[in-house]
Amino acid sequence: MSIIGATTGELLSRLERGELTSVELTTAYLDRIAQQDDRVSAFLTVNTAEALQQAADVDRRRQAKQPVGLLAGIPVAIKDVLCTKGLKTTCASRMLANFIPPYDAHVITQLRNADAVLIGKTNMDEFAMGSTTETSAFKITRNPWDLDRTPGGSSGGSAAAVAAGMSPLALGTDTGGSIRQPAGFCSVVGMKPTYGRVSRFGMVAYGSSLDQIGPFANDVNGAALLAQVIAGHDGRDSTSVNAPVPAYSQTVNQPLAGLRVGIAKEHFVEGLNPEVEQTLRTALQVYKSLGAEIKEVSLPHTSYGVAVYYLIAPSEASSNLARYDGVHYGHRAEQFSNMIDMYATSRGEGFGSEVKRRIMLGTYALSAGYYDAYYLKALKVRRLIRQDYDKAFEQIDVLASPASPNPPSKVGEYSANPLAMYLEDIYTIGANLAGLPGISVPAGFTEAGLPVGLQLLAAPFEEEKLLRAARMYELATKWQGQRAAL
Amino acid sequence: MDYTTIIGLEVHVQLQTNTKIFCGCSTKFNPDNPNVQTCPVCLGLPGSLPVMNRHAFDLAVKTATAINCQIARFTKWDRKQYYYPDLPKGYQISQYDLPFSHDGWLEIVINKETGEKKKIGIIRAHLEEDAGKNTHDETGRGHDSQVDLNRAGTPLLEIVSHPDLRSAQEAKEYLEELKLLLTYLEVSDCNMQEGSLRCDANVNVHIHRDGQKIATPLVEIKNLNSFRNVELAIEFEADRQYRQWQQDGMTFGAVLKETRGYDAVRNITVAQRTKENASDYRYFPDPDLVPVTIEEAYLQNVIDSMVEFPAARRTRFIQQYQLSNYDAAVIIDQGVVFANFVEHVAKICGDGKQACNWVTQDVLREMNDRKLTIEGFPIQPPVLGEILKRVNDKKITIKSGREIFLNLLNSEDLSTISVARIDQIIQEQGLSIVADSGQLEAVIVGVLAKNAKAVADFKGGKQSAVGSLIGQAMKEMKGADPATVRELLLKKLAE
Repeated sequence: MSIIGATTGELLSRLERGELTSVELTTAYLDRIAQQDDRVSAFLTVNTAEALQQAADVDRRRQAKQPVGLLAGIPVAIKDVLCTKGLKTTCASRMLANFIPPYDAHVITQLRNADAVLIGKTNMDEFAMGSTTETSAFKITRNPWDLDRTPGGSSGGSAAAVAAGMSPLALGTDTGGSIRQPAGFCSVVGMKPTYGRVSRFGMVAYGSSLDQIGPFANDVNGAALLAQVIAGHDGRDSTSVNAPVPAYSQTVNQPLAGLRVGIAKEHFVEGLNPEVEQTLRTALQVYKSLGAEIKEVSLPHTSYGVAVYYLIAPSEASSNLARYDGVHYGHRAEQFSNMIDMYATSRGEGFGSEVKRRIMLGTYALSAGYYDAYYLKALKVRRLIRQDYDKAFEQIDVLASPASPNPPSKVGEYSANPLAMYLEDIYTIGANLAGLPGISVPAGFTEAGLPVGLQLLAAPFEEEKLLRAARMYELATKWQGQRAAL
Repeated sequence: MDYTTIIGLEVHVQLQTNTKIFCGCSTKFNPDNPNVQTCPVCLGLPGSLPVMNRHAFDLAVKTATAINCQIARFTKWDRKQYYYPDLPKGYQISQYDLPFSHDGWLEIVINKETGEKKKIGIIRAHLEEDAGKNTHDETGRGHDSQVDLNRAGTPLLEIVSHPDLRSAQEAKEYLEELKLLLTYLEVSDCNMQEGSLRCDANVNVHIHRDGQKIATPLVEIKNLNSFRNVELAIEFEADRQYRQWQQDGMTFGAVLKETRGYDAVRNITVAQRTKENASDYRYFPDPDLVPVTIEEAYLQNVIDSMVEFPAARRTRFIQQYQLSNYDAAVIIDQGVVFANFVEHVAKICGDGKQACNWVTQDVLREMNDRKLTIEGFPIQPPVLGEILKRVNDKKITIKSGREIFLNLLNSEDLSTISVARIDQIIQEQGLSIVADSGQLEAVIVGVLAKNAKAVADFKGGKQSAVGSLIGQAMKEMKGADPATVRELLLKKLAE
């Protein structure tokens, strides 16, 4: 049985049975990265030495029959927006090209406590701004299913790493769909937990009221296990919610009786690719055959979602990124004439064009005289969107939709038209605006062989239900077993 | 020159917490070791997040309650955005449109003799984080500026007054009363040298001309680092505005608010260059912090645990201890420790007025002469109270009391100062008042018998002869009250 492509559960049981060591397993993934990543470009940093050391340490403890964590010896790839102590964390930006954090993000501490192996840092859109992983200052990540296409974004590196068999698990972050959309594009499982479920401490902020860290895996069980490890209260994040974390991995295989699957009529709009729509309808048939009830609901404010998101996220970003001023750390221009020029030149050189575009959008929206018309209005509509979902979830357990209206784009397709790229976020941003958990599971392929994802959303803190519903679908379909042929 | 000066003050007070407002770093004043009291949060490193220090919030609510502010039931944090090297995140976490408190007042005494008071309105008090400190090369050689972030994130309470102050003197009184209150509340040490209390003054003048009132443009004076400088700067600025108006006739609203710095060496205010884009801070709610809701029980607890305010204590002292406005102010204005000292002494000796007199005269004089603080004064209330108690109980005379007081104060070994030592001195020096008039009479009769010449001199009209007689009687009975001795002696002589 191959190591590459195996699920997390399979790998763990082989490790536990002593058929495999973590060093062997980690070496296999490191070899895979060495062989394939020059084509995929999923990684920015491969943490070879430390990963092998962690693996050897787990092996030693396992052999000595000492207690080990939930992810003992399993490699996890980390989106380069999550701070790793002593390991470069760049946010795929020239601004932080040499930034080495003096501390671990909360989720990294959780991974270390679970004895996971930190295999490397993955590529992303610069500061998580983008939907294609093309705005990275360092490299363009390719979709393992079609190297001419993007893996989606902004967590494209993490999605591609799992899809290409370079890591069984990965962490991403999701501000407007940045986990679920690339998961769909790469035919892997990706989940965004409820806002507040996972501590944001040590995640470099993009849109603080929307950002959430979540798992990628090649099956729902792997995602459940990784979600369980990273979730939980952390006193260092004031928005982290103090509620017990259910053992997702224990319940994920239990099917849900009387499941009510919702679809929103506002989701069937112009611009939805017919093959993607057909994939969704087929998925609904699968649920029906499993005994679920399909219900149509209404989310009347759906059409405002993109506009609201592209006011709130850039506004917060314009403020969050003000700290990159070249004074204390990060890129500082070599030449400048005075203090203001030092700021302007350092930031001008350090940020790429998509980041600059969003900083300008946000700065404008927060300016005196515009604040009420843009930011404040957006907050009000955000509340209405949240109410739409609250009402919908009184009638349904999960809401099904495509993860994205179209299959993965070609590299460079959106470079001249960022607005078209923004509109692709229509299905995913609602969950961020409303703070809901959402998951994307592989749901098939277009005729051209491009992956399509099924997105399920649930009410706040209903991750357990979400994972079980996703697992029901996964077990009833053949998509999970398919691997990109590189 | 007929104008009225109109002043509003913005006071920034560092709250006395052990740790910073949004992280666990120490708030200790430590200018000699820059950037040692820092962490990812107050350095603004990527991914760091603020967590509110509850104690800072408690102190802020306590202060706002004490200055009679309305406490909001819902308050939130906002980001005030501007670029400056001492501001590591590119924004300051502050409070914009929903400060935790608003609409209060502070009463100041504008005449110490009459005790006449005036209420100064408070617009709002809000919490924010302090910035770091920039040090610029002043040699003129163009070296790099340096940034120390030890102070960054220290909790700061900003108290904004209405423009109710009408003279530099009133502004100084307001600051002194506010400082006194804050130190009574133990919410800040208000050390201006260390920057724990900072003040900006908004000043203009109303010129009275032909029954009209003409207002000059508003000026904000910064860099005021002592109460004296606040007073001097306002006096200078009011006069400058009047002269400026005579020259250009500019009135309020004709130009934007100007920022001027006070130059203490030359005693002038100087126009400052405005900060780049300072007009638009792009305030918005900080998404990293949750809003704070305040419950009635919490507020009641703040009110219930409040100490007596200086103003209330002043009034009480006047009534309870029959003090003048002036004397009461002298005690209260020395600070809470001093006032507590007085009350402690009063409680032991049972005579408030006596305690006040002693502490404000004898103790204060010796403190000043010996350069001591009230905390470090060698004779603390338990001992001083017992000395005065003996005076009150007529066991010793006031004069003996002072002798014992000085005797103790001059002890070679200060640790020997105790109540037991008081009685020992009384014993050793025979300071006990002889209350038994029979015994005293016997002594006097004896003295008269032994000094027939002096008696004869006195009876012959030489008044001064009585002095030596009293002296001798006192010598034989150390603790005797001189007045009593004199009275009894004259009575005997008259017989």
